[in-house]
Amino acid sequence: MLGLDKKDTSLLVIVAILTLLAPFILNPFPSGSAMAQFNAGYPDLMQRFVIFGIFAIGFNILFGLTGYLSFGHAAFLGVGSYSAVWMFKLFSYNVIPAIALSVVVAALFSLLIGYISLRRSGIYFSILTLAFAQMSFALAYSVLSNPKFNLTNGETGLQVYADDPQLFHRDSLPDMPHLFGLSMRSTYHLDIGAWSFDFNAGYYLCAVIMMVMFYLAIRIFRSPFGMMLRAVKSNQQRMNYTGLNPRPYTLAAFVISGMYAGLAGGLMAAMDPLAGAERMQWTASGEVVLMTILGGAGTLIGPVLGAGFIKYFENIFSKINDNILHQWFSFLPDGFEDFMVFIVHPFIGKGWHLTLGIMFMLVVIFLPGGLVEGGQRLGNWLRNRGKGAAEAKTKQEPAE
Amino acid sequence: MSNNELTRRGLLRTGAVAGAGVALPTIFTASSAAAYTNEPTGGTVTLGFNVPQTGPYADEGNDELLAQQLAVEHLNGEGDGGCLNTFTSKALKGNGILGKKVTFVTGDTQTKSDAARASAKSMIEKDGAIMINGGSSSGVAVAVQGLCQDAGVIFMAGLTHANDTTGKDRKANGFRHFFNAYMSGAALAPVLAKEMGNDRRAYHLTADYNWGWTQEESIVASTEALGWETVNTVKTPLASTDFSSYIAPVLNSGADVLVLNHYGGNMVNSLTNAIQFGLLDKVANGKDFKIVVPLYSELMAAGAGENIKGVLGSMNYNWQLDNEGSRAFVKSFGEKYGKPPSNSAQTCYAQVLLYADACERAGTFNPCGVAEALEGFEFDGLGNGKTLYRAEDHQCFKDVLVVRGAQNPTNAYDTLEIVEITPVEQVMYPPNHPMFGGDEATLGECNPGA
Amino acid sequence: MDAILLQILNGLDKGSAYALIALGLTLIFGTLGVVNFAHGALFMIGAFCAVMLQRLLNLSFQTIDESQKDFLGNPLKVDTPYVEAWFGPETGAAIIDWSVPLAILFAIPIMLLIGYVMERGLIKHFYKRPHADQILVTFGLAIVLQEIIKYFFGANPIQTPEPSALRGSLDIGVMIGFEANAIIYPIWRLVYFAFAAVIIGGVFAFLQFTTFGMVVRAGMADRETVGLLGINIDKRFTIMFGIAAGVAGLAGVMYGPLNPPNYHMGMDFLVLSFVVVVVGGMGSLPGAVAAGFLLGILESFASTTWATTTIPGINQIIIYLVAIIILLTRPRGLMGRKGVMEE
Repeated sequence: MLGLDKKDTSLLVIVAILTLLAPFILNPFPSGSAMAQFNAGYPDLMQRFVIFGIFAIGFNILFGLTGYLSFGHAAFLGVGSYSAVWMFKLFSYNVIPAIALSVVVAALFSLLIGYISLRRSGIYFSILTLAFAQMSFALAYSVLSNPKFNLTNGETGLQVYADDPQLFHRDSLPDMPHLFGLSMRSTYHLDIGAWSFDFNAGYYLCAVIMMVMFYLAIRIFRSPFGMMLRAVKSNQQRMNYTGLNPRPYTLAAFVISGMYAGLAGGLMAAMDPLAGAERMQWTASGEVVLMTILGGAGTLIGPVLGAGFIKYFENIFSKINDNILHQWFSFLPDGFEDFMVFIVHPFIGKGWHLTLGIMFMLVVIFLPGGLVEGGQRLGNWLRNRGKGAAEAKTKQEPAE
Repeated sequence: MSNNELTRRGLLRTGAVAGAGVALPTIFTASSAAAYTNEPTGGTVTLGFNVPQTGPYADEGNDELLAQQLAVEHLNGEGDGGCLNTFTSKALKGNGILGKKVTFVTGDTQTKSDAARASAKSMIEKDGAIMINGGSSSGVAVAVQGLCQDAGVIFMAGLTHANDTTGKDRKANGFRHFFNAYMSGAALAPVLAKEMGNDRRAYHLTADYNWGWTQEESIVASTEALGWETVNTVKTPLASTDFSSYIAPVLNSGADVLVLNHYGGNMVNSLTNAIQFGLLDKVANGKDFKIVVPLYSELMAAGAGENIKGVLGSMNYNWQLDNEGSRAFVKSFGEKYGKPPSNSAQTCYAQVLLYADACERAGTFNPCGVAEALEGFEFDGLGNGKTLYRAEDHQCFKDVLVVRGAQNPTNAYDTLEIVEITPVEQVMYPPNHPMFGGDEATLGECNPGA
Repeated sequence: MDAILLQILNGLDKGSAYALIALGLTLIFGTLGVVNFAHGALFMIGAFCAVMLQRLLNLSFQTIDESQKDFLGNPLKVDTPYVEAWFGPETGAAIIDWSVPLAILFAIPIMLLIGYVMERGLIKHFYKRPHADQILVTFGLAIVLQEIIKYFFGANPIQTPEPSALRGSLDIGVMIGFEANAIIYPIWRLVYFAFAAVIIGGVFAFLQFTTFGMVVRAGMADRETVGLLGINIDKRFTIMFGIAAGVAGLAGVMYGPLNPPNYHMGMDFLVLSFVVVVVGGMGSLPGAVAAGFLLGILESFASTTWATTTIPGINQIIIYLVAIIILLTRPRGLMGRKGVMEE
């Protein structure tokens, strides 16, 4: 289907089903129950899952295929957000032109930075991209937000004001980002028994775009171009000797992944029309690197999993506080309840960083291939469990 | 309230009752007919406390959270009642808000606009929070205030000092209890004149972002009005951790006062560096060299340690303030947590009570009704003395404290001493003041969401 | 002229911190080939060794003084440090006063131990893994370390003052013939510079003039050959990891009085120290030191009013701008070796 082989088609179908049914899948617990804390199916977080999924898929095209580790990809995301908000400010709240502009601007920006940075490889390349991104961040945070020439609105973040021109804005249109009149915030609530589910217009826009982007990524991975990029990773010298110049290929990969980042940035602004400079800081660049490695660099689905994992911790674990802990453990005798709260306390709420750090270490120590490998092992284990133990034994023998 | 006229508030209440009737739970409702965002339908009402829990301001955020929890206890009639006993408005009964028990959810702003909005959104979208409170930076406050305006909930900005929060970025759904940079300047100026004279030459080091600039602008304006001269204003990068290269040229510049427009870790480091360079032991232009830190907090004072001795600054509140409300709050907070409250703690505590009180007086949780009840509200007994929430820009007006690093602190908590309580008249300004967006700044329409 | 001298002094001082951190980082790269994102955290832990020692020395017993009141009106509890009770008030106070220099002695065993445990327990298993995995695991470790510190010491900075004898500043300008107040410089910053010089000199001398150092250098150049000669190079590299951790830790201990430590300071230095190492050239110790001082001095000059009025915002971006220029003109930084971390 769509020019994909059977395995890729089924992967795409699975991803499509998961994203479309996400409002159900992410809200497994009845609202109001103690476990509702772990529900992630509210519009903002679902949007973040897919947007950062897009960001990580794009990053993986560069890093997973060519091995070039960019430490400055957040700059493209930031630039994308800024251009989208400027589109809102100057013309209209319609998201299509805004997203288009953010992709174009990010492409130009990444072409410039990629052209310069790709003159070096390895860690020298990483530091060059880091330097460009940090410069962009510093400029956006302060220099470019001075009252005389306010391009970014600094620490507050660029936002739309009532006195902005908005040339094509009409009163009949919603006063926030919309798709030809359909507000990105409009949400359809569905209550089934104790459960409640949110279907948000913005989320579905992001989800559809992510599926398209995921499809494109599969095509790139399977194309001759993708093979070329892998060749860059495995042995650039040999590629040189065969008379091929790797630079155009890597630059193309860099710009493509920059466009993915710009798209993610544009979507972030479309979901919430505010662009903050922190989106460009090195921590944000580092975050996408972590997402990709954590999920499994070079795999198709890994980066999306990694993005979901990190965003889940950031948004769910940071919100668990001692009160909630006391509720959870309230069935225990008093002293024991306090003891359990005391034990768990450092890992939740303000300690969510600690849990995340520990998870990073555990995943990378025990699952060298990231979460994808974890999934594969789990799958193998489930399959083997059904079969006889003897068969499992033969499987352990070296395959070659 | 017993008038039969068809007032806006009355209408809102009728609307609320009708809305509640329609929104009765059914097995399969596809839409919610609430009159406003997150209308509480059960026996509880949820408040969202959005404070920094990671990053450099985590301790500040923790203090805010402690105060907010205390406020919730008092609202629900637990504990000693704290300021409920001293508050001039007697609408709160200690039985929750409008008879509903108060619960809360917490989130981490990380002191980043994006993260703060994400966590505020999750509280609104997922947990049904009807009010967001807290925060420790102006960037975050403005970003979250904008979000609350769009979403249709009330925002009670925590610690935010930039003029813009109630200046060009003011919003109908947002209220600020904290004072601002303009007030710091207006309150400090007379004290500076008294202590240092009218012919000083000032050198400004300013954190290079929005808050720093508004503070520098305010302090420069009010000190120049005294007759001071501004020798130089230098912007320091936000990411700086070491300010030696900015401090080193100060002595040789002909200045005799150094103004540090820094906050938090930046201020701790720049002040420490300035003391290292021995600025306070020097004589320039025949006068003793002085340092001013316009915005103080207890945590900064603790971080700067001995270095703050004799350094002047301003504060929103200090636990040593001697009035009935302040005593009640310090007793309540101190007995529960074993330390006196910081000024950000007091801000958040007061805001939670004020919000609850406004709901009671409005008779609804509808943000428009609540905002109307808060606008122009005058009260006393929450620790700051007589206080006004101005209707035009939702800025709070009250006395401003000028404080100084104590020479001989007796314990870890009285490192700052109150020099002067500047009366509110002196820090008053018109709502269309040029530093606050001028005539163009508007609150916009109140938004109940839904 | 005096302004230039002043900024050179400042630059040397900033550069000392950069050079010390970058030196340790390069040692780890050069010997073990590991990208250590936890190096900033080691610097931070060093600074908190001073905090810890200060806390230990200030351990007190409480007596209740009825004549004074605390903030709630209860009788004040007066703390007397055990040190003062044991050694007498004056000696005790002097010990507490000198807690930062004393913390060097305290930090050396702690840092060596942390370095050893880290290498044997974790890093060892990552020699053969891709750099990306090393980044992820050390970054995770850095987060864990700093969160542990935050849990015990809070997020607020904590003062670790220099001994009072070394407080204050010197009027260097007067000594070399300028007018008074032209070049004022804090004593502790001079101490820090001297300390950095001694440590850097010590590490170089150790590598240059001892047999151990010679073997390590040979191992850095060609690990396999040294291994074939029957030398247990891994063990020596483990010790080098401990030394690198020690250098970072000591840099942190002495840095405390300059800017009070907080749990986040390691992350603030992390990116910068990587830039320094790469600008110096991967695998080159002199390169790291030279780049540290170079960037420190340039940063100081960029922060002068003259520079910021000429090019607005130059002080925000100077480090990165210089890094870009150097990497584009010199492919492997100032003194990098071919083939190290280039793929």
